[in-house]
Amino acid sequence: MTETPDFLDGNAAAGDLSQLFGTDMTHVSGPCLGCGQRVVIAQAHTFLGGPGTVLRCPGCDTVLLRMVRSPERIWLETSGMGYLEFVNHP
Amino acid sequence: MERTAVLARLTWQPATLQAVHPETPTARTLTLAVPGWEGHQPGQHLDLRLTAAGGYTAQRAYSIGSAPAAETVKLTVEVTPGGEVSPFLAHMAHPGVRVEVRGPLGGWFVWSPNEAGPVQLIGGGSGVVPLMSMLRTHRAIGHRAPMRLLYSVRSPDALLFAGELTAGDQVGAADHVTVVYSRQAPSGDLRGPGRVDAADIATHVLAAEDSPKCFVCGPTPFVEAVNELLGRAGHDLHQIRAERFGTGRT
Repeated sequence: MTETPDFLDGNAAAGDLSQLFGTDMTHVSGPCLGCGQRVVIAQAHTFLGGPGTVLRCPGCDTVLLRMVRSPERIWLETSGMGYLEFVNHP
Repeated sequence: MERTAVLARLTWQPATLQAVHPETPTARTLTLAVPGWEGHQPGQHLDLRLTAAGGYTAQRAYSIGSAPAAETVKLTVEVTPGGEVSPFLAHMAHPGVRVEVRGPLGGWFVWSPNEAGPVQLIGGGSGVVPLMSMLRTHRAIGHRAPMRLLYSVRSPDALLFAGELTAGDQVGAADHVTVVYSRQAPSGDLRGPGRVDAADIATHVLAAEDSPKCFVCGPTPFVEAVNELLGRAGHDLHQIRAERFGTGRT
């Protein structure tokens, strides 16, 4: 990569994601459907400020999660992750 | 009941700016009074939201620099050129100003005092803020695990928390701070100005064999470069946690 990397990471999306799921999401992980790499949400390349928030795989750039908000609705697309793995706190 | 209490933390709550403290010509530490705030884990951040008279809102994430405490948090805001929120917070906001906050946020980029192992903190510019929460907590509780901070700043007048960081090491202290300068070094500084490189890692960073937990924070290019250097120095990538602040150009 020759250009200066200009992305945030999943920590920046913690507020929106955590409010949606009711729990911290930064530690959640799952396989990227583009390349199979296991990605922790905190480390996903994150882009705010567009029509929505986009989280991409650090390895292959596949969109893992996309979140769009309107005043009354929130849409979460998770089509880039095979599954979400949470720590189970009994 | 407990579940409601957990969710309540994840919604916006009112806060009042209690005090401001200049750090540099372009950065200030803000102390916020947040009723009901129960503290945080070192490394966490909060979202801060400003609402203009017409209802327009702007929100940004800010790392918490203070050690955990009830009812108050300290943020250190650096002006982002062309930024929408930071110029207001860093230059104009005065005690009494009301904002909203959401948090604490982030359970991954966190150091817990329960952990006994050595810790290496590496911060660039304002990336030192969440690391300061870790260092202040470590000092406040007299934690004995070795903790080192390698802090890279542009120039001496960009140094945040200067009084605290350059106070000098106390004999027997379990923490150690090294400041390096990327563009302009103070006269007499033997290293001279330059970005963090392999020599800095070899000289100032805990050895990979000690399996330190590494926390790296700052602008995205800084984090990417440091992660690469740590990997080349033999550090296990799974022991490295990073938080990227972008390039500050957006």
